[in-house]
Order: sequence, then C-alpha cells, then structure tokens
Amino acid sequence: MTKLCLKSLILSVGNKTLLHDLSMTINKGERWGLLGKNGAGKTSLLKCLAGILSPKGGSILLDSIPMKDYSRNQLAQHIGMLFQEGLSSLPATVLETVLLGRHPHHRSLIEDSLTDLQMVDSILGELGLETLKERKLHTLSGGALQRVSIALLLAQDPKIFLLDEPTNHLDIAFQVRLSHILTKRVTQTSASFLLATHDINYANQFCDKLILMLENGKPIVGDKQQILTEENLSQAYNCKIEKFSKEDSFIFYPA
Amino acid sequence: MILKQHYLLLGFLIALTSIAVLFSLLSGSAELSLNQIFLHFLSPQNGLTNQILNEIRIPRTLAGFTVGSLLAMSGVAMQVLLRNPLADPYILGVSGGAAVGALSAILLGASSFLLVNAAFAGAIVSTLIVFGISNQFGNWSVIRLLLTGVVVSAGWGALLNLLLTTSPSSTVRSMLFWLMGDLSQSRVYLGHFLLITLGLVGGLKISRSLNVLSRGELISLSLGINLNLLRLILYFSASLFTAVAVTIAGSVGFVGLVTPHMLRMLGARDHRVLIPASALLGGSFVIIADSLARTVIAPQQLPVGVLTAIIGVPSFLIILHGSSTKR
Repeated sequence: MTKLCLKSLILSVGNKTLLHDLSMTINKGERWGLLGKNGAGKTSLLKCLAGILSPKGGSILLDSIPMKDYSRNQLAQHIGMLFQEGLSSLPATVLETVLLGRHPHHRSLIEDSLTDLQMVDSILGELGLETLKERKLHTLSGGALQRVSIALLLAQDPKIFLLDEPTNHLDIAFQVRLSHILTKRVTQTSASFLLATHDINYANQFCDKLILMLENGKPIVGDKQQILTEENLSQAYNCKIEKFSKEDSFIFYPA
Repeated sequence: MILKQHYLLLGFLIALTSIAVLFSLLSGSAELSLNQIFLHFLSPQNGLTNQILNEIRIPRTLAGFTVGSLLAMSGVAMQVLLRNPLADPYILGVSGGAAVGALSAILLGASSFLLVNAAFAGAIVSTLIVFGISNQFGNWSVIRLLLTGVVVSAGWGALLNLLLTTSPSSTVRSMLFWLMGDLSQSRVYLGHFLLITLGLVGGLKISRSLNVLSRGELISLSLGINLNLLRLILYFSASLFTAVAVTIAGSVGFVGLVTPHMLRMLGARDHRVLIPASALLGGSFVIIADSLARTVIAPQQLPVGVLTAIIGVPSFLIILHGSSTKR
C-alpha cells in the first residue's frame, strides 16, 4: 500500500551536495539496495527518507501526501530505520529494548499488550535471540546487539524498512537469515525495503533494484541488471572492479 | 515492561516511606513515644508534644520528603536527557547558580525569605544561561548541553570559592551548611506537593517516551518521538525541580545521582515504575538521613547532605556489587 515518492530531491551536508535532483519511487513489495563509496551520502539519504534530515530541495511524498504533513508518530507507523549507532548506555534487557519497537502503535499507557509481547517473542525467535532475552544489552556481543536493533525494527513493523549497513557484525548465516526475514516481509505484507551496504554481492543477491551513488551527486537508479556493470561500479568506487561469472550467477571483486 | 515484581517494589517503597516518616517523628532531642505520636494524630491536644510535632518535626519531615523526591525525579530526567549515568540534578549548574544567590544573600545578611528567593533566582538564571548558550543555533546536541552545563557549573564554583574566602568567618559556617544541604530552616507548602504530583503525573504521561529516549536520539526519532519537545520538557522540569529542592534545603548531594541507579539495579528500568519509585526512595532517603543528622551527635546537628553521602555510598556499593554478581 505504502509507496514513497522522491521528487527532484536535493540533499547536501555542509557545503557538499550529495544528491542533485533525484526523482524515483519505491513501490510496495520492492527490494532496494543503496550502494556507494564512503561519504557518498547513503546514511544521509536514508535519514532523509526517514524524516530525520530535511532535504535541501525537492519533496518526498508518502502515499501522495508530503512527508512533512505527517506527525512523527504517524511517520513511525509507516517508516522504520535501522541505524549504525548503538543503543546507548543506560541499562536495559534485550526483551525490554525490542518491545520499544511497538512504541508508535501504543494505545494504553500502563498495560503492555499481550499481542505485542507475543509478536516480540516470535521476532526474538526469528533472530535467534530467545535465549538472550533477559540479558542486559551491555553484556552482548556486537553481532547480538545488531540483531537486537534489527529485532526492534521488525517489532516496529513499518511498511518501509530503511536499513543502514544491516549486515554489520553479522556472521554469514545471520546475513542470509536477515535477507530471508526481510524478503518474507516483502512478499507477505507488501512491505518494501531499502538497504545501504558496502557489500555489492549482498545487494546483488537480495535486492531487485539499486541506487548507486556517484561523486557528481547524480546517482544511477534502476534494475540491478542495468546497474551492476564493471564500468558503473569502478566509476562509483573509484577503484577497478571486475565481474566473475559462474554459470548464471556472478560476483564482483576488486581487480 | 511492567512486571509483578515492580508492584512489589512500589509496595515496599511505600512501606519504607511510612517507616521513615515515623522514624523521623520519633527522632530529636525531646523523647517522644510511638504512642504519643499516634495519639497526636488521633486527637490533637495542646501541649508540648503537639508543639514539637506540628512546628518542628512534621514540617521538617515533609520538607525532607519533598527535597528527596524532587531531586530523585530530577536525577531521572537528567540521566535520560543526557543519557549519561553520571548525570545528576546539579550537573548543568542549577545548584551552582542557586548557591551563588544564596551565599550572596547570606553575606548581605538577608532574611531567610530573601535567601530563598535569591537561591531560586540564581537557579533560574543558571538554567536560562545554559539553555541560551547551548541552544543558540537551534541544535542542542547532548555533548554541547553537557559541556555548557559543566563549564557554567565550574564558573559558579569559582564564584562560590570567592564568596567563601572573602566572607567574614562568622557567616562562613552558615554558608557551608547551605552548601552541604540543611533542613533545619526548611518549610514546605502546598505548592511543593503540587509540584511532586505534577512530576508523578506528567512523568507517567511521558514515561513510555522516556523508555525510548533512553536508547538514543536517532532511534527515538524513528520511533515517532517528538524529540525537541521531550528534551525541552525534561530540561526545564528537571531544572525547576532542582531549583525548588535547593531553595528548600541547599544542595543536598547524592540523592539525585544514586536513587535512580539503585532502582534500576533493582530492576525498575521502566520509567512508569522508575519515576514513582524514585520519588518514594529519594523522599525516604532524605527523611532518614535528616533524622540521623539531628540525632547522631545531638544536641548538635549535622547538615543532612553529609548523612546522605554517608548512608548513600555504602548502600549504593552494596547494591552495585549484588547486581554485578547476579549477572
């Protein structure tokens, strides 16, 4: 249902223009990847789409209504974001933290709803956190903390998932599990996601469409087949990148 | 999340507060029995007992509770606002400003009415200076706020030392009592209890948002929190609570810092529980400390701030040790 429409978006940080006139649409049920070198503005674009950073120009429409017309709470019911930043230092358990994801949907001030608790329980199971749920955050490993952040986002249950480096600290099995969980949300609930990553092959494997940020502020946007070429990638990363094919699949490597 | 154990904790704290109140009413240079106190409440009679309770012990007990609960709630707010476990109600300079006001008033020989107002004015001035400087460009990051507050605090500290070293020695003793926190001159009024009520009700209202903010600002924005508004509420309510508390009793230390931590270690991490629990524990903590302050070396009285530290340090360390071995 929910679609996100960017109209002539201009994004800058300080004096640097990161995006110059970007227009595109993220429809329901689409799996998007966001690639680009360090400092290209991937995080800034995600924050902008999450309504945390204001664009310099242009507009963002959420279901044809300008995003700035939504209240923060309404926005949080549609769009959720996974951040690279950790979850701060005041003590909390895994379960308490993940339950916070239900915040935008709360009605009662006092009661924790049973359905919320059940939902969070099943999410903890999906991410292999059920045995850690009474643990304090500061006793967890980096990978477990990342899974807590992901679980919190899943508990928020947005229509559009924005993920900044979701595979950070995750071992390869959890990387795959994460993409399956996200893909399940996309197919079952018509959610969509946009994930920023440094891993070109991960994006190739689990996304259908890509945004490739370029130095000139004019990203290439479209189906991954068109975008993932040696020339495009070498230009974007300012580093020679080669494609290695095996049967009908391929991977990219620095040359 | 709220669990059964949280209701038990609140029940225990209510009981603790009642015991603290009784203890306080029993403590003092005149010996009163439990019977006399109950009789007083059942059928007040004229006489010495009546006078001691109504004019000395009850006001002092109420003042102690007010100071403790306001400081503890302010400590909770500051720790969430700054997301720093070392934050206390005084970290951003409110008490420093109040102290400069109060000591100047003492130096000028002002009446206690003027002293209270000078302290409150100092606190408000400090609050506004810190807010004005850290908020100049519309984006007050936590670090900026913290640095501004700490630096302004240091400035007040220098002024305090100047006042202490240049004042005649006859006034220095009362200045020191004020700085350490002292309840012997304290009075509270209905307005103070309304303020506590406001803290409890308002605190409950924003408690879920505080749970979220405890996890960071970005995640709060993404979970739909109106961050700017929430920060303003936290900063100004914490400053007001602190300002009122220090005008009642001077800078009673330690309560605002350790009370929230103790409760978190006892499992009250959810602000729906933490705020009322802090009010109760902070209140009874100061009542007990003050009861001891006027009895341990009676007939001499100690500043209550000395006792809050003497009791607070070991109990905090014991709970810290207990919670780290349990993990």
